[in-house]
Amino acid sequence: MENVGALAVLLAFCIALYAIVASVTGRLKKKPFLTLSGERAVLAVWVLVSTAAGILVYSLMTGDYRMAYVAQHTNRDMPLFYKFAAWWGGQEGSLLFWSWLLSTYGAIVVFTTRRTHRNLLPWVIAILSTIQLFFLTLNTFVASPFQVLAVDKVVTSVADGMGLNPLLQYWAMVIHPPFLYLGYVGFAVPFAFAMASLITKAPGESWIHTTRRWTLVTWLFQSTGVMLGSAWAYHVLGWGGYWMWDPVENASVLPWLGGTAFLHSVMMQEKKGMMKVWNMVLISATFFLCIFGTFLTRSGIVSSVHAFAESPIGKYFVSFLALGIAAVIWLILDRLDYLKSEAELESVVSRESSFLFNNLILLASCFAVLWGTLFPVLTEKFSNEKISLDAVWFNRLMVPIGLFLLLLTGLGPLFAWRRTSIDSLRKNFQWPGIGTLVVAAALFIGGMRYPYSIISLSFCFFVAATIVMEFFRGASAIGEKSHIGFVPAVIELTHRNTRRYGGYLVHMGIVLMFVGWSGHPFNVTSVGEVEKGGVLKVGAYDLKVVDLTQGDTPNYEWETAVLDVSKNGSHIGTMEPTRRFYKAAQQATAIVALRSRLNEDLYINYAAGTAGKATLQAYVFPLVDWIWIGAVTLIFGTLVALVPSKVARSYRRTEVVGVTQKEASIPAGEVKNEA
Amino acid sequence: MRKYGKFAVLMAIIIGSLLWIATASVSGSKTYYVTIPELRKMGNEASVKRVRVGGDVQSNSIVRGAGFVRFNLVQDKLTLPVVYEGRDALPDTFKDGAQALAGGRLDSAGVFHAQEVQAKCASKYAPKPGVAPDGLQKQVKPASTSYKS
Repeated sequence: MENVGALAVLLAFCIALYAIVASVTGRLKKKPFLTLSGERAVLAVWVLVSTAAGILVYSLMTGDYRMAYVAQHTNRDMPLFYKFAAWWGGQEGSLLFWSWLLSTYGAIVVFTTRRTHRNLLPWVIAILSTIQLFFLTLNTFVASPFQVLAVDKVVTSVADGMGLNPLLQYWAMVIHPPFLYLGYVGFAVPFAFAMASLITKAPGESWIHTTRRWTLVTWLFQSTGVMLGSAWAYHVLGWGGYWMWDPVENASVLPWLGGTAFLHSVMMQEKKGMMKVWNMVLISATFFLCIFGTFLTRSGIVSSVHAFAESPIGKYFVSFLALGIAAVIWLILDRLDYLKSEAELESVVSRESSFLFNNLILLASCFAVLWGTLFPVLTEKFSNEKISLDAVWFNRLMVPIGLFLLLLTGLGPLFAWRRTSIDSLRKNFQWPGIGTLVVAAALFIGGMRYPYSIISLSFCFFVAATIVMEFFRGASAIGEKSHIGFVPAVIELTHRNTRRYGGYLVHMGIVLMFVGWSGHPFNVTSVGEVEKGGVLKVGAYDLKVVDLTQGDTPNYEWETAVLDVSKNGSHIGTMEPTRRFYKAAQQATAIVALRSRLNEDLYINYAAGTAGKATLQAYVFPLVDWIWIGAVTLIFGTLVALVPSKVARSYRRTEVVGVTQKEASIPAGEVKNEA
Repeated sequence: MRKYGKFAVLMAIIIGSLLWIATASVSGSKTYYVTIPELRKMGNEASVKRVRVGGDVQSNSIVRGAGFVRFNLVQDKLTLPVVYEGRDALPDTFKDGAQALAGGRLDSAGVFHAQEVQAKCASKYAPKPGVAPDGLQKQVKPASTSYKS
């Protein structure tokens, strides 16, 4: 059966190649017959890759231990759910997963746009198939998931597999990779449309309108994926961190930063026909960062000492990236005249300008993360010393960047297009501004001495206040006009312009996350070895050890400390941090005991146990919950933005009325007054 | 064009200050990745610089004491004695035969004092192609329809 799988992948490889040739030739020679066969080829690739994936999943679930991939990533006693998840648990399987998602997206694109985008589609297919060809090359020739185990060319099976890393046997970690991959792969579609419209010099911004939902859905997947990874780290790894600036984490956040910048800057192109080159660059950069992210997570280029040479897929990724980037640069330079801007920037205090700075900052942070992540590789190349930068470096750089972005989140949406009058500035910012200063002062007087936390929390107040004001103003106007209550008015308002108010909700989610991050300097830690009857203190909590127990299941052995927890002397409940030892993988993992409240989390990790004693790590993490609440708000806001607006939006440009563009520009002095 | 000048100045200020933070923080947070042979060659430098050294945890070398854990890292038949004195408990993946990265400084007696230890199961994350991972039977090697050695 593994032969059928390998054959299916090989056939898919050939047909993807055919799809490229047929689509391009058909489009250039105007042969509809050929382009149609190109479309069908995309569907055929989907069928074949699905077959291969189905075979792999079937082998994983039934435990065919002749296959190397099955033996390395599952074992008999593993729950079926995790056997299925082993599909993306290792390198070979996850590359096949990539291919499968890409072929699925390709098929969806063919079905949804074959009638509306006859001119673009052949090129879109060609580009998607080229990417597919690359991943199928890896699946076929470099990292095939269908290798079987053999002794002297006789196929053999092993009695039991090695199992999935127990740290990964956690629900969030099971769905985290698919979400990230849905995001990674999804950016291929807007990228393909962008390139197709560049190649054909398609008039207008149709590629942006067509792919807006794609981009948003993709971005949603990616945000969810990043946050799931973060939540997993917090809940599973046992030390309560949610972000370490680990290369693998950075790989997931890099395309997210690019995608976020892109989502903002396309609005400039939609509304004003500006930043066209920039958008091309951004979507390409985002897509290549997705490929790069896959490469980083799958090749181990930076995570271990001198691992680069060991990775067989590394050089393929590097070549693909280099060729792709070169091709895109050439294409953009060759068609610069098609990407001419239709309007100019007018004022520093304008919506355009805030978009520009938002983009600048997002890109700068993206570059900083990339630089920091690749620092060991770069220094090894150029100075023969492998030097890494730790989380301290990233935080020093990213915290100010993040705070500045947070401020822009509050300012930008309330600046008017073109330029902002003093009146409107006062109307929008007077009260939030004063309130922000009051909050900052109150925090300082209240005894808070961490500047970043004070700044962060007061900015959070500022942004939240501007968002609430926007909802309040809009809703009360609607409420008065149509005599409905405030809550229905808010819903009506949001429904009328889901993009705008959904966007505000996303911003609100970001604000709540910042609230959560602001609690970080106030973490309390306590580590201690305790016996039955002993007490460990952390912050205001007393943890009294009632019992130390242990037990055994087929999959793992476990040890538990039963703790009587009291806060400021009053009893609040029992907590049971546990440690499991997974037999197949011969590895221990902690099941953290967590008491989550909106103001703080009590987090207890059973770190190690020896006869009659247990080492406990107890932490108090203030405000952490708000990160997850923020993430959920962000997801909700994005979903709202995906709902079609009740009032049909026209994408007509804001027109410059009465003045020519030259006159519309204002002398510098005047702007200074306004600012 | 004067308005563009203003944009340029603002951007220059932002990018400039970011670059300044970035370069200024490098010296405080850079860690040298070395192998055990490279660490031996570094001599005096190794006791000054922050170093992260990688190797396999020698079997049966882990000794857990009060407030410290002692173990040996092995690479290319060279052994490095390590004392871990950090506060946090060692990661779950830290065990005999695991690949470990120890961050800290070398003392004059040649003992490496680690403040942090990262570990991963040698065979779990990235099995080397063509070599059977530890958990599988010794002579069994992966082969396949499209297998290249």
